[in-house]
Parts: sequence; structure tokens; C-alpha cells
Amino acid sequence: MADFQLRRTMLYVPGNMPSMLQNVPLFQCDAVIIDLEDAVNYAEKDAARNLVTSFLSTWKDRNKEVLVRINPLYTKWGHDDLKAILPVMPDAIRFPMCETAEMAQELDAELTKYEKANGIAEGHFKILPSIETVKSVINSYEIARASKRIYGLAFGAEDYTASMGIARTNSGEDLMHPRMQIVMAAKAAGVQAIDTVFSDVNDMDALRRETETIKRLGYTGKCLSNPRQIEIIHEVFAPKEEEVEYALKVVEAIKQANEMGTGVISLNGKMVDLPVVKRAIHTLNTAYAQGMVDAPVDEEILNGN
Amino acid sequence: MKIEKQAQAGTMQSSDLMVFVEPANELKIEIESTVKKQFGHLISAKVDEVVAALGVTAGFIRVSDRGALDYAIEARVKTALQRASAA
Repeated sequence: MADFQLRRTMLYVPGNMPSMLQNVPLFQCDAVIIDLEDAVNYAEKDAARNLVTSFLSTWKDRNKEVLVRINPLYTKWGHDDLKAILPVMPDAIRFPMCETAEMAQELDAELTKYEKANGIAEGHFKILPSIETVKSVINSYEIARASKRIYGLAFGAEDYTASMGIARTNSGEDLMHPRMQIVMAAKAAGVQAIDTVFSDVNDMDALRRETETIKRLGYTGKCLSNPRQIEIIHEVFAPKEEEVEYALKVVEAIKQANEMGTGVISLNGKMVDLPVVKRAIHTLNTAYAQGMVDAPVDEEILNGN
Repeated sequence: MKIEKQAQAGTMQSSDLMVFVEPANELKIEIESTVKKQFGHLISAKVDEVVAALGVTAGFIRVSDRGALDYAIEARVKTALQRASAA
């Protein structure tokens, strides 16, 4: 089953900053990534862990997907991060510096162990690995398939350019190859492709251009570190009106096909089959999040219901 | 938990607090806050709660608050006490 969860905007929030943390419920992003890694200096790892744990345990009516970026498991903080964070039930772990399938499997095993010990449904905790070194770009397809918990691949350009020994530019030529390879690996594995942060928060035109480019490549979301960028990214990912109209017709057609007991049907002379319906559902659910249609689509129509 | 040495936690940013801890023969807690008039008693109650939950019975704990919410008070006091008791 395709994953229709919208992840257009995944906002990083520093884990040791109460003024940002307590605004998390108010941000209009689809997901939040609370950071225990790069946004927290070495001497404050323990403080950030306590603060994030305390914050999440008091935030009851969660209104967006919650990820926590832990430190890599090969550092001295990674396992302590997991031990502190899992009891407050994040939806997923943003897994930095994931360079091989084995590294993702190591995290998968830790999550399974915790779920079993605490009576949590196996597979509850998802994983979003960061593809942020040359090695991880090369291994991205194997990483995407390493665990059923993985719902996407997230590109991280800062560490990637560092690992390549090149400078990052606003124009993005330096990132063309990894972006292509990651999106292909993600699509081949049937997971989402999430783009990297655009760090120049004063250049909204360049942010818009970059988001348009990655949308055309097949990315369905983008990470960001400043809430001011949310609106532009949502605008770019919003479907056009004619796309929404067409998607509504597709869904109507497949409902008729379901009633007639057939899997395919033609619409304006073109065949409507499963991939077309999946794309239409994605369009309509994005449109719903954008307030363009009244209700989301029940994915059950894919099962002939 | 026993306070063995001086330690501190937190920052002076708004919505945060700083907690200073040092060994002492008895328990003494001092609260400074930008919102002490309105919320001093609540801050004090929260600090007492964390100190009790961690079983701390002696030490000098000084809190300098910049309008932090309960979850942050809890986390910063806990961090300071853990640091003060760590070997």
C-alpha cells in the first residue's frame, strides 16, 4: 500500500531551545523534526534529551507528525537518546549519517526490541534515514529497502557537500546527481523522497525555484529550518486546479469501475488504472491539506471498495 | 540522589531558566523570576516536585527564570541535579 501521509514540510526545531519547542504545536508544517544532533552542542546533549522528553510527554493533542533526530548510534549519545525518547512516543526517528543498510537494520532491531518489551505494536516507530554522505548516496536503494519502517529517504546536502569536498551553492548544480540518485532509489523502493534544507532564509525566490525543481524531479517534501519557509513550499506543492479537477474525475471513474466489478475504466478515452488512481489520491489529499477540496480521499477505493 | 558538586543547567534565553546547584547541609531553594509576582508560587511548586521526585534532601538550588513553562522547569532542574550528582 502506498503511503499517503503528506510530508511537504518537515521543520527542524532545535532540541535545547524552549522558545522554539513550545511553538511546535502552532507551526503549520506537516511534520516536525526535533533535533538532538547538530543543533545541540556536545556539552548540552543531556539537557536537550531531558527537555525534549519533558516537552513531548506534556504535548498531548499532537497535530502533526513528530520525528526526533537522534545522534548516530556509533556516537556515545545515540543509544541514550533512543532510551529517553521512545517512551514519549515519537512517530519516527530521523536517522542521521545512515550510510549502509546494516546501519538502518541496527536501528530497526533496537526499535523492535523496545516495542516488544513495552507491548507496542511492532512497526509503530518509523525511520527516516538521512542520505548525507557520498557513501550513503551510493547505497541509497539498499538503505531504502533495509527496513519496513523506512517510509522515505531524506537528502542532507550540508554533510553531503562536506563529504564531497565541494561548496554548496544556491543554484544547486552541485546537488543534481545525489538528488537524482536518491529520488530514483526512493521510487524504486516505493518510499517518499524528501529534499534537503534550503538554508538562505532571506532568498525566498531561490527557495521557490529550488522547491519547483525538486517537485519536478519527484520529491514530495522538503526539510526546512525556518518556519517562514513553510508557506512557499506548500504553495509549490499545491496541485493546480485542473489537476484537482482531473483527479476528482479519476476517483469518480474508479468508484464506478468498482461498482461494476472491474479494475480499469476509461476516462476521456484514456485508461484509468491503479497507478493513475494512486496519483489522483495523492493530488486530492494534497489539495485537501491546502483547503482546495472538502474531504480527503478514502484509500479504500484502491481495494475495490 | 545526592548533590556532590556544583553544577548548572539551562540558558538565559526567554522561555528558559538557569538552575544552579551546589552541595549544602540542608535543602534550600531560591527562586528569581521575571514573572515572580504572578507565578512564583507555581514555579516554586514545580521545583519542589522535581527535587522530591529525584529524592534530593540537601543542597542549595538557585533558579533564575525567564518565563519558562512547567515542562522546561522540570527538564532544567532535573538536568542540573543529574549533573551535580554525577561522578
